[in-house]
Amino acid sequence: MNQTIARFDDVTMRFAQISALQNVSATLAPGKVVALVGHNGAGKTTFLKLLLGLLRPTSGSVAVLGADPAGRNASILRRRIGFLPETVTFHGAMTGRELICFFAGLKGVAAAAAVELLSQVNLEDAGSRRVGTYSKGMRQRLGMAQALLGDPELLLLDEPTSGLDPHSRHRMYETIDALRAQGKTVVASTHALAEIESHADEVILIHGGRVLAAGTLTELRGAAALPTMAKVRLRHDAAHSMPCIDANGIEMSRPAPDRLDFRIPAGHLPSFLDILATSRSWIEDIEIEPPTLDRLYQHLLAQAEEDQ
Amino acid sequence: MKAILRMAMQEVRAGIRNRLVLATTLVLAALAVSIVFLGSAPVGVVDADPVSLTVVSLASLTIFLVPLLALMLSFDTVVGEAERGTLLLLLSYPVTRWQIVAGKFLGQSVILVIATLLGFGAAGLLLLLQHGSDAGDWPAFIRLIASSILLGAVFIAIGGLVSVTVRERATAAGAAVGIWLVFVLLYDGALLALLVADQGRFIGTATLDALLLLNPTDAYRLYNLASDPRIAMLSGLTGTATAEGGSNAQQLLALLAWVVAPLALTVRVFSRRQP
Repeated sequence: MNQTIARFDDVTMRFAQISALQNVSATLAPGKVVALVGHNGAGKTTFLKLLLGLLRPTSGSVAVLGADPAGRNASILRRRIGFLPETVTFHGAMTGRELICFFAGLKGVAAAAAVELLSQVNLEDAGSRRVGTYSKGMRQRLGMAQALLGDPELLLLDEPTSGLDPHSRHRMYETIDALRAQGKTVVASTHALAEIESHADEVILIHGGRVLAAGTLTELRGAAALPTMAKVRLRHDAAHSMPCIDANGIEMSRPAPDRLDFRIPAGHLPSFLDILATSRSWIEDIEIEPPTLDRLYQHLLAQAEEDQ
Repeated sequence: MKAILRMAMQEVRAGIRNRLVLATTLVLAALAVSIVFLGSAPVGVVDADPVSLTVVSLASLTIFLVPLLALMLSFDTVVGEAERGTLLLLLSYPVTRWQIVAGKFLGQSVILVIATLLGFGAAGLLLLLQHGSDAGDWPAFIRLIASSILLGAVFIAIGGLVSVTVRERATAAGAAVGIWLVFVLLYDGALLALLVADQGRFIGTATLDALLLLNPTDAYRLYNLASDPRIAMLSGLTGTATAEGGSNAQQLLALLAWVVAPLALTVRVFSRRQP
């Protein structure tokens, strides 16, 4: 069985002066939500354009659904791919329904199915209005509707949540979760790391056109061995007595009289909790913060810069 | 083929929506109808039928106007979509670049066909009402409409080429105006200067023929004004008709080549353009 939806094989993409991607190798497994994480200009959009076959790599090769996305049969391939561009713009004078039907036609999808998608993204009432009057969130939803045309196996979402209000973001992540449940492969580029964390199976971290790290979140966390942070607020009557937790490399600091911050090395959280249990009478509140994608990224970034 | 038709239909729909169709039609209709109303006033009392008179005046003005309108329709075909950000999405669809070029060309041509048929048709109707069906040289009038559409198609194709070649919409607009000036005004001026300076030493009629056919607006002018003896007499092109300008077939072929060549080049440039 074909266990990859897409594969990058030592891909370098150079434009006139800059090289957007350098020696990138990656595989996308079917049915996974992959977060493509990096700063602006890290190479995320180039990555997606290569998957779409809109660019040909300077060297190396890209394969999508078993074929060359920029090759002869690219047109057939693109029927199986949905794409949401970073800035979704449409011809403002056309209505939402006209646009979705136009795109449906290009993809060989019946108009009825297109209108059905429009109502799935709650645009059935706005469908007869000019897209020029749509809000950013509505345009993004129309963008998502067109990406879903033809029930594609692979969805490429370029910054799907950028510029959206919290409610729209939430809905976007719901859509991504629903796609995952349907067994679709989703590649979503983002720099909103903290948000995508709980929705992604795998992460590809890109920086300066290179892949810093790739794998599941657990794998990445394990490899980076980042400490867990804990913030303990002490009861007022205990603020003057000082609990002593200084074992297994756990570091403690006291930023305020009634607060203790702990830095717990990877793997030592259980013993930390054991120690804490003995001091429970002093404790008002505990906040435990596992290493987030954000911190993981900062860590890997710092590491990469050291290496250079 | 389906993809091309869809692209074309979308282009026409957008043209209707943003009133490009209406504006183009009104401009051409205003021009054509006012020429009919003016009648023979500009040429004085001549022994000519009203249709021939209209053909002469209309052809002379179409040479200026239709290329301008056609360039307006097409100069931002690709660069406009690129700037709006709609091109990337379009290219991610199962549609090839030549289909996009062909579809947009077809759609813009349809807009021009609508405008020309309605605009010039209004003039024809007016002539018919004023003078009846024996008002004169109707075939010349039909030829005028057909060749005006062809001339428009030439400049739609040229505008499309401009739109894939440049990086910014403003550049495309500037280039379109430049192209219009060259073909409509400067080329003939330069040719005339060349002939005067040459004094008939090197440039024979064959060369002049070729030079005239190289400019689509000249090919159009000769096709409409020099081919019919009555009209040629009216337009003052009697001399050129017999000696220069090639045959009607050559003129039409020249116009056709001016459609095909820019289109082919557009597809070539577009397929190398990085979105």
